[in-house]
Amino acid sequence: MVFLRAEGFLGASLEWDKEWLPQIYKIHMEKRAKEKKVSPGEQERHLLYQMMLIRRFEEKSAEQYTKEKIRGFLHLYIGEEAVAVGVTQALSDEDYVLSTYREHGHALAKNMDSGAIMAEMYGKLEGCSKGRGGSMHLFDANINFYGGNAIVAGHLPMDVGMALASKKQQKNIITCCFFGEGAAAEGEFHEAMNLAALWQVPVLFVCENNLYAMGTALKYTHAMQDLEKKGGAYEIEAYAVDGMDLIAVSKAANDAVKYIKTNNRPYFLVCNTYRFRPHSMFDAELYRDKKEVEEWKKKDPIPKYQQHLINKKLLSKKQIDEMEKQIEAEIKKAVIFADEGSWEPIEDLTKFVYSGQKA
Amino acid sequence: MEMVKMTYREALKQGIREALLNDERVFLMGEDVGHYGGAFAVSKGLLQEFGAERIMDVPLSESGFVGAGIGAAMAGMKPIVEVMTVNFSLLAMDQIINNAATLLHMSGGQLNVPLVIRMGCGIGRQLAAQHSHSWEPYFAHVPGLVVLSAGTHEDARGMLLTALKSPDPVILFEYTFMLNMEKEIASDAGAMDITKAKVRRDGKDITLITYGNGVYKSLEAAEELSSQGIEVEVIDLRILRPMDEETFLASVAKTHRALVVEDAWRSGGMAAEVFSRIIEKVFFELDAPLQRLCGVEVPIPYPRHLEEASVPQSQDIVSTIRKMMGL
Repeated sequence: MVFLRAEGFLGASLEWDKEWLPQIYKIHMEKRAKEKKVSPGEQERHLLYQMMLIRRFEEKSAEQYTKEKIRGFLHLYIGEEAVAVGVTQALSDEDYVLSTYREHGHALAKNMDSGAIMAEMYGKLEGCSKGRGGSMHLFDANINFYGGNAIVAGHLPMDVGMALASKKQQKNIITCCFFGEGAAAEGEFHEAMNLAALWQVPVLFVCENNLYAMGTALKYTHAMQDLEKKGGAYEIEAYAVDGMDLIAVSKAANDAVKYIKTNNRPYFLVCNTYRFRPHSMFDAELYRDKKEVEEWKKKDPIPKYQQHLINKKLLSKKQIDEMEKQIEAEIKKAVIFADEGSWEPIEDLTKFVYSGQKA
Repeated sequence: MEMVKMTYREALKQGIREALLNDERVFLMGEDVGHYGGAFAVSKGLLQEFGAERIMDVPLSESGFVGAGIGAAMAGMKPIVEVMTVNFSLLAMDQIINNAATLLHMSGGQLNVPLVIRMGCGIGRQLAAQHSHSWEPYFAHVPGLVVLSAGTHEDARGMLLTALKSPDPVILFEYTFMLNMEKEIASDAGAMDITKAKVRRDGKDITLITYGNGVYKSLEAAEELSSQGIEVEVIDLRILRPMDEETFLASVAKTHRALVVEDAWRSGGMAAEVFSRIIEKVFFELDAPLQRLCGVEVPIPYPRHLEEASVPQSQDIVSTIRKMMGL
């Protein structure tokens, strides 16, 4: 009641009625949901929550890996959270997202269920891809998240094709794809950029330049290291942004989305970032200096954004503690969900090869 | 039934045209399919009839446009992607195998890729070692793909229509050698089944299993052998994956002899797969060793006489079968 009155929603002359009050409340909540910024700082705190969730989820994943609950390749997103969160906040739920094998962050930012992701990494039937994919192949068509693609740059042509389809179908949606700077050296990157520009399809190419293609530094893999300049060859509008700064990434992504929707053309956004953890759990990190990692850690996007919100009086220390607790609970739930999940029976091995289940 | 004379090229074109008329989601994209009229003139006139939205010329980016076809299929369209020759398809192999054939499985059954990739293959025009191969077995090796071989005019006319209804990716092989060949087909020929092999000619003495360019050559050989008193049962595999084995196993159980004819290279070809299944399932029905006539293991050479010598010809089939029959 206090809540409703405080919002000034109900006139003083109205009398409470147990029958219609829930109805009024529902209408009110729908109205609130339509207005994206529900209260000062709520959207900002939500983005912070997503970054913190990704960080903690990845730490937990590493822990579960050492317990051998997660096997295979595990690529952690720690350090790069501002990119997934900053870009995804600019998209609508209907927009398509395609990602790489380092995609837990993008999946979480697109609101994939954390339990379904953890269960997938365990290889359980309850995983988002029924356990068939694992860490590198998270899929959820219901939220328009199309992988989890582990051939470097292999998803870029598909991305253009999905955008081509939405253009033909006259749907007002964007296809967004994340890839690393390693992918920008592949032929498929260049073919996809040319096709997207040629066909003028609504694609947002997001290059997460974390400076290392596995263990080989940018300077050893690209003759021209200002990656955004590659957009020029295809007359694709491009911009490079500090990928360690959520505010900068969000603004750049919002501008990019606006540009795509206004001009019906693709856009190339380069986010310069850094992964704090090794390439995968197998990586001994012989190729980079510990000092370099420490220097980059000073640019950690999470404390930076926390401090920004505190300065703006949109966040309190207490709220951070509450968020941490909430995240801890969510991750605990995800781990329990994965632990309690089931193994697909071996008799079902040949499922999902053909739609009609032909042998 | 009213019959009409038609080239293999015309049959392919009529199939594509009907597909475009049937379903607005269908579009054709490939190198030179529009303004040029198709590298082999299969799509000539379609750009003028259907417009550039549905007949899309693409740059020389096989991986790019095949991948775009996969993406478009995932997002609700029904693309027909033409790869000019099977040799160029290797540039798109990553998309075909790592994506098209894999997405349904990798996503736990969530994502279908209903696209058809058409590709010309085989010898016939002295195009030498980078434009002439028969690589159906490469694709038939991959679970997740449906692999079709249009060895007759009616299949050239009708396989595409059924393929476009498949929820899974289809590779459709067409044969350069046959493009100008005229045959009679039913005037109302339309969609063809894409699940079963076909007995193209009944016979009691020996089973000849073939596909693609082998079909007409085998029928020609069977005709000649019939005049010599040998009745050959000719089976056109048509679907190389998932393979319909019942049809040829039943035939072998009847004739007790089998020969496979194919243009693809001998080692690891379709013949090896067909033989394995015969040995596994009907070994005790056999009265004679299995034989195969396959492509000679050499990159296809340029001169006509060497090109012809690199794949089995109708006379090779006749002499092999005579030997198998002890004549």
